[in-house]
Amino acid sequence: MITTALTDLWYGFGVALEPHNLMWCFVGVLVGNMVGVLPGMGPLATISILLPLTFGMKPVAAILMLAGVMYGAQYGGAICSILLNLPCHPPHAVTCLDGFPMTKQGRGGVALGLTVFASFIGASWGITEMIFLSPLLVKAALQFGPAEVCSLMLLGLLAGSTLARGSPLKGVAMTLIGLFLGSVGTDLETGSERFTFGLTELDDGIELIALALGLFGIAEFMSSVNQVAPINTRYTNVSFKDMRPTKADLKRAFFPMWRGTIVGSLCSLIPGTGPTIASFVAYAAEKKISKTPEKFGTGLIEGVVCPEAATHSSVQGDFIPTMSLGIPGDAVMALLLGALMIQGIVPGPQLISQHADIFWGLVASFWIGNILLVLLNVPLIGIWVKMLAIPYKYLYPSAMFFVCIGVYAANNDFFQVGEVVAIGAFGYVLLRLGFHPAPILLGFVLGPRFEENFRRAMLIARGDFSVFVTRPISAVFVGMCVLLIGVQVWVRIRGEKVPKIGAEPPSESPPISPQMAPQRIPATPAE
Amino acid sequence: MANAIVAKRNAGKYLNTNGPEDGREEIVQPSTSLLRDLVRKKDFYAGGLMLLIGIGIALKGSTYRLGTPMHMGPGFFPTMLGVLLVLVGIAIAAPAAMPSAAGAEHDESILPEQPQWWAWFCILMSPVLFILFGRYFGMIPGTFACVFIAALGDRGATWISTIVLSTVVTIFGVVLFSYFLQVPMPILTWGGGL
Repeated sequence: MITTALTDLWYGFGVALEPHNLMWCFVGVLVGNMVGVLPGMGPLATISILLPLTFGMKPVAAILMLAGVMYGAQYGGAICSILLNLPCHPPHAVTCLDGFPMTKQGRGGVALGLTVFASFIGASWGITEMIFLSPLLVKAALQFGPAEVCSLMLLGLLAGSTLARGSPLKGVAMTLIGLFLGSVGTDLETGSERFTFGLTELDDGIELIALALGLFGIAEFMSSVNQVAPINTRYTNVSFKDMRPTKADLKRAFFPMWRGTIVGSLCSLIPGTGPTIASFVAYAAEKKISKTPEKFGTGLIEGVVCPEAATHSSVQGDFIPTMSLGIPGDAVMALLLGALMIQGIVPGPQLISQHADIFWGLVASFWIGNILLVLLNVPLIGIWVKMLAIPYKYLYPSAMFFVCIGVYAANNDFFQVGEVVAIGAFGYVLLRLGFHPAPILLGFVLGPRFEENFRRAMLIARGDFSVFVTRPISAVFVGMCVLLIGVQVWVRIRGEKVPKIGAEPPSESPPISPQMAPQRIPATPAE
Repeated sequence: MANAIVAKRNAGKYLNTNGPEDGREEIVQPSTSLLRDLVRKKDFYAGGLMLLIGIGIALKGSTYRLGTPMHMGPGFFPTMLGVLLVLVGIAIAAPAAMPSAAGAEHDESILPEQPQWWAWFCILMSPVLFILFGRYFGMIPGTFACVFIAALGDRGATWISTIVLSTVVTIFGVVLFSYFLQVPMPILTWGGGL
């Protein structure tokens, strides 16, 4: 089995190293890294803005580039957290705790250097996992009938909405809205139009790009406009020389790095627990086993590398269910899957065999991209830091243009630009009411396939709902769903009885909202 | 609800996210009137909105053919979603609607502290102008209008900075999208043949 995996990987490197693909991987990584540094632009907004550019590309190049954008933005986010105390992207929130104190002590460069290294280790581990686990999962998944697929999707949706950020109930509500939005348009089985209100433009359903850009573009701009504090760039002079860690630093960081990696990869195996949870769990665990837990928060290198390694290993691990089962764990993965679907590729267990070039090319490009990032980050960090100074008042109007033209270019249709306005306004209302719109995307992307499998399962079972619990594999998934809900309810009740405990894992408690809130956060540690 | 308490505490612990709001809570004393209680409850509106949307979906969904569980019609799945959304909406709103409840930490106004009506208007108008100008006059006027109105929303915007920004983005955008990416939209037109 190992030999097949290695042969496939070799083939993947062949695909990823084709000049065309390599170029787009490089572009993706570079742009992702750049935009990831820009305050207020998370990977979701970046990927959705760049999505229209990939329509003209071949599927392999498109997915390579978008994936590159995603992990490029991850690296960029760490820079923001460490140098500015701004968690541009939720997983990096915890990196601020020790990263920024290090910066204030003049050791920000070392923190950055080791972060790059830790991220690489974490990512490499995640990729290795992907190489060996995905084929196994596929083998199991090929045995699944509609009932199993359906309950597995249910598990994915539930986990994605309840374990993410904020109130689990609100997450479920968002997923339901997403599923509903996914059902707008022509019903595939009967051909009747649903929720189109007579608008022929809606026959093909709501455009994924309009939805993503409305929710993560316009709604975010509305919540950030005029709220963005000027950035303190006092500590951002980092030179290449500063980034080289001393031997003692390396030694101290070595084991935390690996521990973070392991925690991250474990987290990625649990559906729905994305990088944010992984980084928090890793930080908490590291603090627990440390001999000097009281020093965490004052600028310990362990507190930087451990969560960063966890984030990256979990992000790579998240690709496993996305690519092998076609079930994304979070909104970023849903968006990537959506991009594949736009290219006409059907996600699911057959993807690896039918589109081996995409899967193995992607795996190989992860490595190439991560090496590129390490190489890029070192000399370019100075430039990225300068980009931090771009004021928001120039940033968001320009981004508005990219939103408009991007949505237009999806179908060369102005109607969808109108869609984006409506979705954006609705998304902002949701944000104000305390919802986090990310699960909408998850529900939207999975919705049509969920409905299709649901209907098919019911048809095969002759309308008997018990099919989901009488088939053993499906029963296991349903059982996990019940367990998931049970734990949530239990945490809630226990929390209400003894509110003083407060020891719930950080997964329950978003340290920051997923929007570009960071900038509205006053730089906490007293200067 | 307890989640929210914990969330808030942890949020404070980690990053002090809700600094200003924490302060405000003490000022806003729990009022005696039930109505005034309701008005401030974010969750009440959140749940209420979900409830309404759910009812809407369920009603509209049930006008399509429902079918039987074995042969589901197009209306079955959406109606199911609508009903579920109604239930979830009630579950969200119910705790907040309780008159007493430990709802102090839910005492959040729906509007942000400094509502940005003008900026919101500008941002939402930006794609609208893009549609109008883009359709009738082409990509250059569309882009310019889109960036121009969006930029006006910022408090620090001046006429000069707005015009300069719009011009720069227009030039860059037209070169990138029209020449390199070949987006089929006329650069400059009159009256709109689209």
